[in-house]
Amino acid sequence: MSRKNSKETLYSVLILLPSIILVAIFVYGFIGNTIYSSMTDWKGMSATPVKNFIGLDNYKSLFTSFMNKGFRQDLVNTVFYTVFLLAGTLIVGLLLAILLDRPIKHEGIYRTIFLYPMSLSFIVSGTVWRWLLAPSGGLNAIPTWFGKNQGTFQWISSKKQIWSFNWQNVLQVLSVLVALLFVVFLISAIASQDKKGIKKNIIVIAALLVFAFLIEPLFPAGLSDEEMHGFNLATLGILFAGTWQYSGYAMALYLAGLRGLSGSIKESAKLDGANEFVYYWKIAIPNLKPITMSAVVIMAHISLKMFDLIYAMAGTDNEFTGHPSVRMYTTTFRANKLALGSAMAVILFLFAAMFIIPYMVHSHKERVQ
Amino acid sequence: MKKCFALAGIAMMAMGMTFAQGAQEASMASSADANKLVLDGMAPSGDLEIFSWWAGDEGPALAAMVADYEGKNPDVNLINATVTGGSGVNAKAVLKTRMLNNDPPESFQVHAGQELIGTWVDSNRMYDLTPIFEDQGWMDAFPSDLIDLIGTDDGIWSVPVCVHKSNVAWYIPANLKKWGVTVPTTLDEFFMVADKLQAQGIIPLSMGQTWTATENWENVALATLGPDDYNNLWNGKLAWTDPKVVKIWENFGKLLMYTNKDSSSLSWQQATDMVVNGQAAFNWHGDWAAGYMMTTLGLEPGTGFGWANTPGTDGVFQFLSDSFGIPLGCKNLDAAISWVEECGSKSGQDAFNPLKGSIAARTDTDLSLYSAYSQSAAKDFANDVIVGSLAHGVVANEGFMNDFSSVIEQFMSSKDANQAAAACAEIAASNGMN
Amino acid sequence: MASTSKSRKTKHIIYYVVMILICMMYLVPMYMAFITSLKARADINLLTAWKFPTHPTAIGYQHAITKLAPYLRNSFVLTISGTVISAFVGAINGYIFSKNKFKGSELVFTLMLFGMFIPYQIILIPLFDTLRRLNMAGLNGLILAHVVYGIPIVTMLFRNFYDQIPNSILESGRIDGASYFTIFTKLILPLSVPSFVVVGIWQFTQIWNEFLWAICLTSQETNPITVGLSQLAGGQAVAWNDSMAGAIISAIPVLCIYIFLGKYFVQGLLAGSVKE
Repeated sequence: MSRKNSKETLYSVLILLPSIILVAIFVYGFIGNTIYSSMTDWKGMSATPVKNFIGLDNYKSLFTSFMNKGFRQDLVNTVFYTVFLLAGTLIVGLLLAILLDRPIKHEGIYRTIFLYPMSLSFIVSGTVWRWLLAPSGGLNAIPTWFGKNQGTFQWISSKKQIWSFNWQNVLQVLSVLVALLFVVFLISAIASQDKKGIKKNIIVIAALLVFAFLIEPLFPAGLSDEEMHGFNLATLGILFAGTWQYSGYAMALYLAGLRGLSGSIKESAKLDGANEFVYYWKIAIPNLKPITMSAVVIMAHISLKMFDLIYAMAGTDNEFTGHPSVRMYTTTFRANKLALGSAMAVILFLFAAMFIIPYMVHSHKERVQ
Repeated sequence: MKKCFALAGIAMMAMGMTFAQGAQEASMASSADANKLVLDGMAPSGDLEIFSWWAGDEGPALAAMVADYEGKNPDVNLINATVTGGSGVNAKAVLKTRMLNNDPPESFQVHAGQELIGTWVDSNRMYDLTPIFEDQGWMDAFPSDLIDLIGTDDGIWSVPVCVHKSNVAWYIPANLKKWGVTVPTTLDEFFMVADKLQAQGIIPLSMGQTWTATENWENVALATLGPDDYNNLWNGKLAWTDPKVVKIWENFGKLLMYTNKDSSSLSWQQATDMVVNGQAAFNWHGDWAAGYMMTTLGLEPGTGFGWANTPGTDGVFQFLSDSFGIPLGCKNLDAAISWVEECGSKSGQDAFNPLKGSIAARTDTDLSLYSAYSQSAAKDFANDVIVGSLAHGVVANEGFMNDFSSVIEQFMSSKDANQAAAACAEIAASNGMN
Repeated sequence: MASTSKSRKTKHIIYYVVMILICMMYLVPMYMAFITSLKARADINLLTAWKFPTHPTAIGYQHAITKLAPYLRNSFVLTISGTVISAFVGAINGYIFSKNKFKGSELVFTLMLFGMFIPYQIILIPLFDTLRRLNMAGLNGLILAHVVYGIPIVTMLFRNFYDQIPNSILESGRIDGASYFTIFTKLILPLSVPSFVVVGIWQFTQIWNEFLWAICLTSQETNPITVGLSQLAGGQAVAWNDSMAGAIISAIPVLCIYIFLGKYFVQGLLAGSVKE
């Protein structure tokens, strides 16, 4: 048996080998190359480029220099883009799935209508949405059909910002946000009476708050001036378009999940006298957790591709809708600052990869069980 | 687990280094005078790949010039590589990727001036085309102001095919009459007229996305400084923090109060549409807008739409030019030379420009081929002082232009003239502009 | 009794009204694209963007078809081979990661998954360099790139799917003396059809619509349709009717897949996503 196993392991490794090698070169080799470039002062298009090693200077400049203020706002935008795109597609997708989760006529037609936006390239959908969101026409014109005044929201031209915070306090803000996340975990731990979990969460929250309010203020300020960043309302239009395009995918995932549950569980819930709301809230949705997990990974990966959408809707220079991938593209290919562009890419990669960690933790737990 | 990650990390770095090393080794060492061109007068043959971002409306113009070329050079197989979209950024990405990997086309389109010089000449990637200019007698055929702006002390680096004017104000004559205003000739006059228009609910100036705002900024800069100081700003004789320069930002800030709020959602065509629809009075834009209004919207030049220099820039022609150069390491040099000769020839330019809606860079073109607007622009080009455009790469390198669009975007929300001037000084220094 | 059936009927009506409203919301952008594609260029204007053209014209479609036709073949070659190859790579990888785990396989899987998050814009330079050294310019190189960068997601989709197949099926195969490969080809592959549909739809959409690599890695004879589409839009002046018509035409193959395989798509996700 064990000899057979070792032979099979050998097969497995041999079969995986091409994939491993390709991923090693095309993903890790390139990322390694990019990390290396990001620590140099590579600039310009020379055939014999001079690349002096300068350590983390590019990163430092991205996080602290006055000229890279825009990049910091892009990072803040990325957080909102990712979180709201995830929330938007998952919530809308779930609602659509619940609506479709019953015997109805022409289900195929509805499903196709919800799914078709996914088949379009972002360049195409971006152009159409740019028109729909043009302040002087498009969606703003709809109220006039009902005799009301033209809408006045500026969509992607909006320069309004809400939830602003001072970048000098970024560490503080981040730790409070993470603490809030753990408060949610704490509540769920209390609900499930998991004593160990309650204790663990309280410790983490306390540590984060101590850091935020007692230790962080001791650090020297990275920036000399106040610098406000926050949620730009101009990104709403882009989030709209992204949600429109990918909610269908979440719908299909959830619909599949609901169909998988249906039958016996739904019947027994009905017998217990649960109405539809209670059924979905108490029984169906908790059972869809694994689906949500894989949807998060896929949507986080899509939010990285927001590049095309932002590029088509707002162009390369709209500071209010910016995304690090767009800035990286112009910094590298327009401004010829290849090292700085590489540093942006590395930050973006690490940021995006963060979303895969919950998924891995989850699937690891699953395997242990 | 942790160990594995660490190992993977080290392996990654190692691979990255090898890649970087490899790329360096592969690049050719170019000697000091590798960019001297020797004309051997051989008849060209073989493949000729030309790289441009001309498609769509500009496609037919390029096709006309290509047809003219193919008539003269039957043995060449011309490969027309076009990359469009994203206001030229895509084309730059593709071209730069190919150049960094030493796979250049025979000839590529580039904005004449600092955009070419800062990126390609400074990195020693281009042939000096002076022998061709001398051989073809172009030193006299092109205006000397133009040759100065597109060359350096070491040579001339590209052949300008077409010339556009970027300081043009567009309007509808009948509308101005209706609103009781005349075309302003100075900035102060413009602000007065603008107040009058705003009182009637008319947007005085329509504006589009960031790059069109940069065009308007350069119009204001030219009006505020005059042509001499405008040139001094770019050759380093006038500091970015000089009160005169801060004044540009103040004027520009004032100008923004008279523009539409939704500018960053609009393409330049939609901004032009606002004038045609009567929502706005003026649009300041490069003169491809004339082609749009004539060909696409069917308006008659002079009566259907009117034009004037942007306020305060009379007697000055702010130009931009598309040109072709030859990169070092191109595979078929004879064909490349014959192509740039076509680009500078009278027949080539007269085939191309009337269709593109631009004017020829040569001064001896057949004006009867051109529209009424282009004829007037050609007259200005021959008589006016010529200065370069910022938005289209004549006066500043790409690094500066890229950073400048961030500065202008930030200014549009902060309206802080001193801060913008300081930021410009910083980006001028960090991008190596004297 | 009568009253409950009545209330059920009103509920029914409300339900369908809601569904139709939502569908309209989803179709609005398509409507916009469609009417714009039928307009003459001079009629395209923000103020009348909602209005159906007074004189519909097919000129946009004429331009689009002549421009896009030469690229169609390249796009099909690229997309079909890219999709098929990456589906099979994903299937066998997923089979190993799910059913033939070995020491370290979880780590390899995790490291592969990270590959999903590589920013595509920045790797353009090394990608071009590597493919050129492998002597794989043109369509072959582009196919390779799509297969390689598709590995993480297809492997994940297949693995999730195979995790739902009970090990007992494999055990019974083993007892019958089936080998490693026979189990895969005779037992696993026939069960994998739904998963192939999901992966196929996903990869087909991604590869068909991809632009940046396509324009960088292919030349005139090998350009796929997205390159043609971008040339329709043109440079300084954009002919919106042509580009909208082109957008609709180029979306048709993918749309067909969604229409005809949509049902299997949900089934495939169903089979791959629910724990027993």
